[in-house]
Amino acid sequence: MSLTDAALLEAKLVPPRRPARWVTGAVTLVLAAMLVHTLLTDHRFQWSVVGRYFTESSVVDGLELTLWLTAATMAAGFALGVVLAYVRLWGSPIPRAFAFGYVWLIRSVPLLVQLLFWYELASLYPKLSIGIPFGPSFASADTAHLFSGELAAFVTLTLDVAAFSSEIVRGGILSVDRGQSEAAQALGLGRFRVFRRIVLPQAMPAIVPAGGNLLIGTLKSTSLVSVIAVVDLLYSVQLIYNANFEVIPLLLVATLWYVILTTLLSIGQHYVERYYARGNGGRR
Amino acid sequence: MSAPLLRIRGLRKSFGAHAVLHGIDLDIPRGGVTVLLGPSGSGKSTLLRCINHLEKPDAGFVELGGEIIGYRPDRPTGGRIRHLRELRDRDLARQRARIGMVFQQFNLFPHMTALENLVEAPVALRRASKKQATDTALELLDRVGLSGREHAYPKQLSGGQQQRVAIARALALRPELLLFDEPTSALDPELVGEVLHVIKDLALGGMSMIVVTHEINFAREVADTVVFLDAGRVLETGRPEDVLDGAAHERTRAFLEAVL
Repeated sequence: MSLTDAALLEAKLVPPRRPARWVTGAVTLVLAAMLVHTLLTDHRFQWSVVGRYFTESSVVDGLELTLWLTAATMAAGFALGVVLAYVRLWGSPIPRAFAFGYVWLIRSVPLLVQLLFWYELASLYPKLSIGIPFGPSFASADTAHLFSGELAAFVTLTLDVAAFSSEIVRGGILSVDRGQSEAAQALGLGRFRVFRRIVLPQAMPAIVPAGGNLLIGTLKSTSLVSVIAVVDLLYSVQLIYNANFEVIPLLLVATLWYVILTTLLSIGQHYVERYYARGNGGRR
Repeated sequence: MSAPLLRIRGLRKSFGAHAVLHGIDLDIPRGGVTVLLGPSGSGKSTLLRCINHLEKPDAGFVELGGEIIGYRPDRPTGGRIRHLRELRDRDLARQRARIGMVFQQFNLFPHMTALENLVEAPVALRRASKKQATDTALELLDRVGLSGREHAYPKQLSGGQQQRVAIARALALRPELLLFDEPTSALDPELVGEVLHVIKDLALGGMSMIVVTHEINFAREVADTVVFLDAGRVLETGRPEDVLDGAAHERTRAFLEAVL
């Protein structure tokens, strides 16, 4: 072995120098410091007012409604979305066309417009009745009594989540190798069981990140219901600042709560992703 | 004897607590076929992947034509070299282009035709115009017996055909060294021959190659050197007839008995 070989073998293996990283890192840190500085020192943020209203009982009530609405619409909407995706991929022609048309329509109309439509349903159909189509009706009720603001909010958001989640689920299913469902069918598993036990779990790694996006988006979309006077987190702080004119600190109260919830959801998403990555670990 | 094309010195690699390579020293001559044999888990594939820096070694180095792969040494001071500093992506890519690799699972790009698979790298690395790269690619496909199939997608080809496309793709950059990682292990038995035939052809053309394989007969027929690896160490090196028929170690003899 020559002298240089010995020298090379004694040398330490080290990662490359990346001066650009130090520069971008430093710039980012300075900008972050400026942001923290203005947040803490500018008296117009009025953090004392924020603190006073942060756990005000009406705000907590609004927060509860926001949470409840998000959870309920996501659960119902995603379940509907899975069914829609199943129908679009394996349904018979007419349901399939219906599923396609549904997704097309819901995605075409802005959420706020849909919300207003459901809220104003009474002026479109003053009475809703149950009976034989185009025939006699057995029972009927005034739409205005049936459709409260909260129900309109729930229906609108659920239908919206269903349309978007069906596309997310469909994309995830398409990413699963065909051989997997063939292998399951060859084992004699039924069509629905193949979907639920074999295909859907493998589609989850592709579904979870987009689903997490949708969940966080829905959480924030619930703030739209303030326009139809449903007292969610945003509307509860609006009611307060309409009376005392402390607009910025009260918006900060709502903002902080949204940030906290989104943070918790992101952490949850991390663990869900890790769960569905099982069996794909090891060397990479 | 002329300087070897590839020199491996003191190469070590662990995955977590599991040591895979325990200090490999090996010379690979220019213009010859070196076959790596050994039981599964002996570190053959890891060794191969360290050669083009797909795996980072923990210690030691690989030198191709006098240039260390994946690292640049500091200027020596008083006969000592403090660091081997890892190369940045662009320099690493330039080095890797000198070494072709053929994988067990082919790893063709499924969304590209055979021709597009071959043209991608030479054009991306600005080695050739699209026109030149296409001409070279067609020549190479012809050489591996696939003229006429240039517009087929990988899924439309048999395993043997796919692997021959993969070999042609590796050749498209005119590498100084070709690495084969069990190139026939994923093939149906009747398709193994056509791939080995192409490799043999390349050997006759003077291509420098390192082949990890379990095809003992291929090793006997084509290899200039056979290296036997066991548990991350080189157990024997020599001409095929010496290693295959007169193995010095009991481990080697047991392995050969099991696979023949």
